[in-house]
Amino acid sequence: MTAHISTTSNPALALEAHGLCCVRGERELFSDLNLRISAGNCLHVRGENGVGKTSLLRLLTGLSKPESGEVLWGNQSIALDPIAYHRELLFLGHRDALKEDLTALENIQMYAALDDIALPQEKALAALWRFGLRGRENLPVNCLSAGQKRRVLMARMLTRQAKLWILDEPFNALDTQAIQEMQNLIVEHLSVDGLVVLTSHQEVSIPNVQVLEL
Amino acid sequence: MRALLAIIHRDLLLVMRRKSEVLTALFFFIVVTSLFPLGIGADPALLRKIAPGVIWVAALLSTLLGLHRMFAADDADGTLEQIVLSPQPLVLLITGKIIAHWIVCGLPLVILAPIIGIQFDLDLSSLLVLMATLLLGTPVLSLLGSIGAALTLGVRGGSVLMSLLILPLYIPVLIFGAGAVYASSVGLDSSGYFSLLGALLILALAFVPWVSAAAIKIAIE
Repeated sequence: MTAHISTTSNPALALEAHGLCCVRGERELFSDLNLRISAGNCLHVRGENGVGKTSLLRLLTGLSKPESGEVLWGNQSIALDPIAYHRELLFLGHRDALKEDLTALENIQMYAALDDIALPQEKALAALWRFGLRGRENLPVNCLSAGQKRRVLMARMLTRQAKLWILDEPFNALDTQAIQEMQNLIVEHLSVDGLVVLTSHQEVSIPNVQVLEL
Repeated sequence: MRALLAIIHRDLLLVMRRKSEVLTALFFFIVVTSLFPLGIGADPALLRKIAPGVIWVAALLSTLLGLHRMFAADDADGTLEQIVLSPQPLVLLITGKIIAHWIVCGLPLVILAPIIGIQFDLDLSSLLVLMATLLLGTPVLSLLGSIGAALTLGVRGGSVLMSLLILPLYIPVLIFGAGAVYASSVGLDSSGYFSLLGALLILALAFVPWVSAAAIKIAIE
């Protein structure tokens, strides 16, 4: 299985995987998987339930280690300098990773501090407002609906300043308008030479998208 | 450093939003230590004798009550993954979480100790020694406890397993902590106990955050 994507200007900024093999329990999910995504491109990972999409994304983030093979970021194995890699990386799993007892604004600010980025309050508020959370920024997250929680995550994507986005089912729980906004956000990110890896069961209308069928 | 403060701030804020969980552990400490004088009766000599052991055992158990929350809540909502993926050394963030746990579960015990001690008819110097041993000892309890909390992440019935794992490790702290108070109440020199408690704290500070960070990485995978 190989997904080669046309290279653009900056070859240093590329996510590569060589000979990845993933084993869960007794089952081998996939083996000898190669991929390369360069700046400004998006990889759409597709496949049936349980085929190993989430496992692949977790391998790419470095959260789990492959049985064999390696993941390279900028021609360097991500295991060599995980902190430098994490600085460039934003991973959103299918859990919201928001603290239910904190407000949307506090969640965003807390992540900014953890991610070591300066985020003035106006900027955090502007990000929340852009995704339709005006007036709800000071509500605890457990008062928000599932879709609104995902909108808080979109505000985090906007403020995170990461080069590489790895998104697991980013369109889950979103209404049609929010799906459009999410797609716009991804297109915006790609246009400034960002990289996106995402899984989704629906068709995405994003330029420079390459599909990887697992 | 900013990240360390940020995670301490975050954890304290979360505790403030959900006070009941912390107050449970604190109430447990107060109630257990108050039951002993009530049950044993007004025998000052006996109470003075059992005070160090009873107070320290209660401190141990009440620390244990809050331990399972240290990483489990973050693991359940996915924030622990984000902490592992943050561009900060994981050891630093784990240290922050341990410090937050101590501020919430250990520090109140130090502050409450004199009031509890009065019920056991401890004199002023013994009360001061009791506070000092708790001040040195409770951080060790939080540190060692973080290993248990990290190792039992995602395990069903993890809190029972954690007690079995962690309580034996608490024994040295219990012996030296209670020993110091007892020694001072009978007029012996307690500085040796303090040196040993201090050594335990330094050792735990030097090694435990790394061990817990490694355990969390394994648990997340």
